Amino acid sequence: MEWEVVIGLEIHSQLATKSKIFSAAATAYGAQPNSQACAVDLGLPGVLPVLNHEAVNMAIKFGLATGCEITRHSVFARKNYFYPDLPKGYQISQFELPVVGKGELEIRLEDGTVRTIGITRAHLEEDAGKSIHGVVQGMTGVDLNRAGTPLLEIVSEPDMRSAKEAVAYMKKIHSIVTYIDICDGNMQEGSFRCDANVSVRPKGQEEYGTRAEVKNLNSFRYIEKAINIEVQRQIELIEDGGKVKQETRLYDADNNSTRAMRSKEEANDYRYFPDPDLLPLIIDDEMIEAMRAVLPELPEAKLQRFISEYALSDYDADVLTASRPLADYYESAVKAAGGEAKLCANWVMGDLLGALNKASLSLVESPVSAEQLGGMVKRIGDDTISGKIAKQVFEAIWNGEGDADSIIEKQGLKQVSDSGAIEGIIDEILANNPSQVEQYKAGKDKMLGFFVGQVMKAMQGKANPGKVNQILKEKLSR
Amino acid sequence: MHNKTLSELSAGLHAGEFSSTELTTAYLDRIKAHNPALNAYITVAEDSALAQAAAADELLKAGNASPLTGVPIAQKDIFCTEGVKTTCGSKMLDNFISPYNATTVEQFNAEGVVCLGKTNMDEFAMGSSNETSFYGPVRNPWDTDKVPGGSSGGSAAVVAARIAPASTGTDTGGSIRQPAALCGITGLKPTYGRVSRYGMIAFASSLDQGGPMTQTAEDAAMMLNVMAGFDPRDSTSVDRPVPDYTANLNDSIEGLKIGLPEEYFGEGLDAEMGKAVETAIAEYEKLGASVQSISLPNTHLAVPTYYVVAPAECSSNLSRFDGVRFGYRCEDPVDLEDLYTRSRGEGFGEEVKRRIMIGTYALSEGYYDAYYLQAQRLRRLISDDFHRAFEKVDVIMGPTSPKAAFGIGELSDDPITMYLSDIYTIAANLAGLPGMSVPAGQVGGLPAGLQIIANHFEESRLLNVAHRYQQVTDWHSQIPAAFK
Repeated sequence: MEWEVVIGLEIHSQLATKSKIFSAAATAYGAQPNSQACAVDLGLPGVLPVLNHEAVNMAIKFGLATGCEITRHSVFARKNYFYPDLPKGYQISQFELPVVGKGELEIRLEDGTVRTIGITRAHLEEDAGKSIHGVVQGMTGVDLNRAGTPLLEIVSEPDMRSAKEAVAYMKKIHSIVTYIDICDGNMQEGSFRCDANVSVRPKGQEEYGTRAEVKNLNSFRYIEKAINIEVQRQIELIEDGGKVKQETRLYDADNNSTRAMRSKEEANDYRYFPDPDLLPLIIDDEMIEAMRAVLPELPEAKLQRFISEYALSDYDADVLTASRPLADYYESAVKAAGGEAKLCANWVMGDLLGALNKASLSLVESPVSAEQLGGMVKRIGDDTISGKIAKQVFEAIWNGEGDADSIIEKQGLKQVSDSGAIEGIIDEILANNPSQVEQYKAGKDKMLGFFVGQVMKAMQGKANPGKVNQILKEKLSR
Repeated sequence: MHNKTLSELSAGLHAGEFSSTELTTAYLDRIKAHNPALNAYITVAEDSALAQAAAADELLKAGNASPLTGVPIAQKDIFCTEGVKTTCGSKMLDNFISPYNATTVEQFNAEGVVCLGKTNMDEFAMGSSNETSFYGPVRNPWDTDKVPGGSSGGSAAVVAARIAPASTGTDTGGSIRQPAALCGITGLKPTYGRVSRYGMIAFASSLDQGGPMTQTAEDAAMMLNVMAGFDPRDSTSVDRPVPDYTANLNDSIEGLKIGLPEEYFGEGLDAEMGKAVETAIAEYEKLGASVQSISLPNTHLAVPTYYVVAPAECSSNLSRFDGVRFGYRCEDPVDLEDLYTRSRGEGFGEEVKRRIMIGTYALSEGYYDAYYLQAQRLRRLISDDFHRAFEKVDVIMGPTSPKAAFGIGELSDDPITMYLSDIYTIAANLAGLPGMSVPAGQVGGLPAGLQIIANHFEESRLLNVAHRYQQVTDWHSQIPAAFK
């Protein structure tokens, strides 16, 4: 039977506020356990939450960036359950009235297909702390530094039909939240993670199959692998006559499988109700307009602009706008190069990203600044150096030897375009290789390459290749 | 000195008639002598009280004193006090010393007010008789076989017995007004949002409100001057100016329109209690007020509504008492489930557990609409009743409690009758309105209380209306014989 895969994602995006969503404690990652948990985060008797409006502003920005509805009157609700890393015995979240409502997003797949994915809602909530097992023998430690960290949970419709689509959607949301600066997007630290609701149904059937929720996926690679293995599990189960159970599952990356955490019967009744300690969240036009005014250019708009302004191909523009730092890097490089947009694109996407990848460095850690790269491309453009010599210059910049101009100067890499100097060398080489000249004249055009090579060798690669070609042809045709 | 009101003590301190240390010592001595018979204090903070008194004396000497500097008061043991045990009347918090001060405590500290100790209360403020306290029942100073009311029973008893000149209380469904009535003192529950709830251990967040418990309306005004105001740490506190509540105490109440809800004088009201209230109202007519009958037709819905809303909120508010971070933890838990069930099972008393279960049920999937949502709708109807009434009248008056103080143990097996003892007070909490109880006569040798309810943020009017009555009566200055 042919199966269709149905996927919906719940993305947890940690908001990049300085302090927590309901207290003044700091949110920085990696501090000593429980050093960033104040009385409110500890859930001491008598304490009360006070909403951090920065988190609300970020939710508004997300709504604007995705074109989702922004709810003018939303409500914080308590989600009640017991767990040692949940200090109050309830999580403050939003339930019936979330801050961001419906919307939709276009995603572009590798093969160029465009799909529209519905966003159901996005709501504000506080994160829980962390239970740490194994630090104290036979005991569980609780670190409440993360407790109260603001999250925006972005819930999609079950609109994705493959793991690849899920990844593309996840990447799109990742690019949006990092573009608008509401999330650092760091997946390793858990700032951006998702739960995937996965089900399968016979192709053509309208009704959804029973879904399983695969929890806490925090890398694009794992999402794809986890969904694929879960899909395979469900199909095999059904084909063997079994039934998929509605349950929560955990992906185990080590042996690439999912295992059950708890079934629907064991699930908590969260007893949601409006939090009486917090007033309804009222958002007015003024707040929305204030956020609209500070909203940066969004990925989609930037992509279109790159295509028109820099005459880039769809593919190049897509790669270069995938993240805001990369797009900013590219634009700075073009500026420093004084144009040469296509050449800059090639260098950024080719040599630069290649070198960074090889050295396992991120763009912000690049030893070559956008200005340095642009400065070098400028020298290619004005024929000061050839593309080949540029590779040598790039390496020198990478190694911290300075800017392109000083390296070219110091190492004498300036390309020779003086016809007289080139002619002298050419005459010498033609005189020394009469048989090759004969062959060329007899119709063996390939010999031209041989002569070019000889000239470049004699001039240590610094001859202007265009000039060399031109003069050679002239002389050989005589 | 113990016969003096807060305002008289304040005047004496400022005139240098006695020092705060002398005054505090005198009260600490009285507490030693009389508290054993009443069990009204859970903690007497002798050392810190004397230290505060010494500091207050410095302020008084230096001329930097506020009206209440150096005056001792008692704090209900629901307000978190740094360095002094805060139990909320529960075994769960028997070992809890708060690392921070409640806003109310901070406010009194900033004025140089001395805290004598922490008063006994129903466990987590759940009760109307003070019998649910882990520390045993408080006894009514007028008759030690009777309850003082609750949940602020300790705070009412210490003022009635003059082992504190004034105290703080909290009121979720009548917990200031009902014990004030049963102990013959003055109690004010302010408008919801007028006094910060920060550091006041939550019972039902949408209903809880702290307020003063005093001998007189004038004292209550002085206390409220300290307690009222916006607190950025409490999102439900209201940011509006705080008037000087002592400023209008003596205003004439001629022409005051008093509404008497017919529902507050019907079945269930003790006849003698009814007479006491009518006598008090007649006094108001003499002062030039006019009286009219009004109707609050949804009064009968107040108790059932309250017993959905309050337990629902408390079931969630009390989840933090899980034995993990503070408070009681059971011995040798075998696993997490065991840690939770035994810590909570052993740490909470019967009434608290009953309300947690009622609330959990009311919020459960499939019942939420029928109970919680329905209760919210009824709450709106009850509010609307008052809204309409205040279009016609300035204040509403009636009995605070249907009966005078009942015997200890008399209703402990009958939670429903117990719940009905708050029948006249609960509606003001549901509507967020300010309410007061003032001593108004006696029933069989026990105090009767007159309840006065005003519109939102009309505490000044309430205090004025109560004060004028206290100018022409002396019920508020009567002290039970054993404590004279």
